Amino acid sequence: MNSIANEVAGAVPLIPGERHAGAVGAKRPRATRGRRPLPGFGVSLGLGLAWMSLIVLLPLAALAWKAAGLGVDGWLRVLHDPRVRASLELSFGAALGAALIASLAGTFIAWVVVRYRFPGRRLLDALVDLPFALPTAVAGIALTAIYSANGWIGRLLEPQGIKIAYATPGIVIALIFVGLPFAVRTVQPILETLGREPEEAAASLGAGRFTTLRRVILPELLPGLLTGFSLAFARGLGEYGSVIFIAGNLPFKTEIAPLLITIRLEEYDYNGAIGIAALLLAASFVCLLAINAIPALFARNRRDA
Amino acid sequence: MRNPIPNDPLEGAAWIRWLMILLAVVVMLLLVVLPLVMVLAAAFGKGVGVWWAALVQPDARAAVKLTLLTAAIVIPLNAVFGLLSAWAVTRFEFRGKRLLLALIDLPFAVSPVVAGLCLVLLFGSQGWFGAWLVAHDVKILFARPAIVLATLFITFPFVVRELIPLMEQQGSDEELTARSLGAGAWTLFRRVTLPNIKWGLLYGVLLCSARAMGEFGAVSVVSGHIRGLTNTLPLHIEILYNEFDSTAAFAAASLLAGLALITLVLKFWLEARHANALARPQGKH
Repeated sequence: MNSIANEVAGAVPLIPGERHAGAVGAKRPRATRGRRPLPGFGVSLGLGLAWMSLIVLLPLAALAWKAAGLGVDGWLRVLHDPRVRASLELSFGAALGAALIASLAGTFIAWVVVRYRFPGRRLLDALVDLPFALPTAVAGIALTAIYSANGWIGRLLEPQGIKIAYATPGIVIALIFVGLPFAVRTVQPILETLGREPEEAAASLGAGRFTTLRRVILPELLPGLLTGFSLAFARGLGEYGSVIFIAGNLPFKTEIAPLLITIRLEEYDYNGAIGIAALLLAASFVCLLAINAIPALFARNRRDA
Repeated sequence: MRNPIPNDPLEGAAWIRWLMILLAVVVMLLLVVLPLVMVLAAAFGKGVGVWWAALVQPDARAAVKLTLLTAAIVIPLNAVFGLLSAWAVTRFEFRGKRLLLALIDLPFAVSPVVAGLCLVLLFGSQGWFGAWLVAHDVKILFARPAIVLATLFITFPFVVRELIPLMEQQGSDEELTARSLGAGAWTLFRRVTLPNIKWGLLYGVLLCSARAMGEFGAVSVVSGHIRGLTNTLPLHIEILYNEFDSTAAFAAASLLAGLALITLVLKFWLEARHANALARPQGKH
C-alpha cells in the first residue's frame, strides 16, 4: 500500500502523540542496557537541549514572565476589553468550525484514497500536502482572489448574496485549507492498517452498512480523528498569514486574535498584546497536552474493555 | 465461486464508489488545487515579461536576497541541532524524554504572531535584554537578527521531527555492529548513520526550507517592514498586495509556490524510488 501520507505524519507538524508512545515506550534500544555502547549521548543531548532552550524556551519564558507580571488589574483590563473578547470569540469559533469541517472532509478524502483504486489516486494523495508546503501569505492572497466579488468563485456566489471574502466564511475557508493535511494524515495511516476482517465479520453477522461504519470503523478512527482535529484547531487558532488577507479585519467583526496582538503592538500597548498572546499560548499548551494524551487514553480504554 | 476475494461490505455499488471518488476529487480541486492555479494564473496572466519585471525590481531582489540569506543561516543550524537531538532521543534512554519530545513540537502549536511577540519581549526596548542592547548599540529587533531568530523558532521542529520516526524505525543494530568493529564516532556517523538517513534528512531540510522562506506571521511582527532592508519575500508580497499591485504580488508569490511544488515533487519521487528512505506511517496504536 502506498504510504505517501504516512511519512508525512513525521513531516506534518505535531506528530500525533501515538508516535511518541510508540517511539519512546515500545522498544528500548539495546544501547541503554549497562554502559552506553554508542557514542555522543552527553554531547547530543546537551547541545540539543541548549539549542531548544535558547531558540524556543527562552522566548516563551519571556512571555510567561511578562504575563504573570500583568497583575490582576492588567488581566481584568485585557479580559474586559470587548474588542479582545470579540476577536477571541471569532478566533476560537472559526478555528473550531474549520477543524470540524476539515476533519470530516479529511476523513472522507483519506477513505477514498485508501479504499479505492482509480487513476490519479497517488496524485490526489500527494496534493493533500500542498497546504502544508504552500506559504501562508501565498495561500492568503490566492484564496482572497478566488473568493472576492470578481474572483473565480466569488463572482458566482456574490449575486446570490453569499459573501465569502472579507467576511467570516472566508476566515473559515482559509483555516480549512491550512487544517486539511493534518486531518487527512492522522486518519489515513489508521485506515491503511485497518483490516477488512472486522467489517466482513460485522456484515456476516447481519450488520448493515451504517451500523458497520458506526460500530466498527468509527471507534478505530476516533483517536486519529481527535488528534487531527486538535492539530487543525491549534493551527487554526494561531493562523495569521492565510487569514488576514481574506478576513477584512474589521474590529468586532472579522478581526482575529493574532491580528489584534499585532495591532496592540503597533499601538505600543504591550500589556494588551501580552494578555491576548498568553491566552493563545495557554490554548496551544492545552491542544499539545490533548494530542499527547489521546493515544494513552484510548489504549487504556481498550485494555479495560 | 468466481470471485475468491470477499467483497468489501462497505464498498457498495460501482456508481456509489465512482461518485465518492468524484466528490473527493472535486473537493480537492476546489479547496487545494484552485489556490495554486490562481497564483500561477495571476502571476503569468499579463505575460512572462511582466512577471519577470516584477521580480527584478530592486525591492523584490532585496527581498529575495534577504529570504535566501535567512534560509542559509537557519537551515544548517536547525539541521545540525535537529540531527543531534534526534540522535539523543532515538539512541538513548533518559528521564524526561517524553517531555522533551512534547517540547520539540511546541513551535508547531504556537501561533507565529505569539512567537514574534516573544522576541519583542526579549529584545525590544521594554524587553529583558532591551536596556543592555541599547547600551551596547546592538540592534536585534526590527533588524535581520530578529528575522533569523523568528525563523529559527518556527522551523525548529521540521528536521528533527522527520528524523526521529525514521531513526526509531531503523534501530541501532547497524551502528552497534560498526561500533563493535571499532568504528570511531565520526566514522560511525559518516559511514553508517548518514547514509541511512540521508533521504529523510533531505526531506526534512526541504520542508524546513519551504517554511523558512515562506514564514510570514512571526517575521512580520519582528521585521519592522523596512523596504529593501528587512522585508522578506512574504512581507514583500503583502506590501505589493496592499498597494493593489496584485500582478507583482502574485509574481513574487509564484516563486514561493514553486518552492512548495518542488517539495511535493521530491517527496513523491522519494516515496516511489526509495520506499524505506522516509519514515513509515505509524497509525496503528
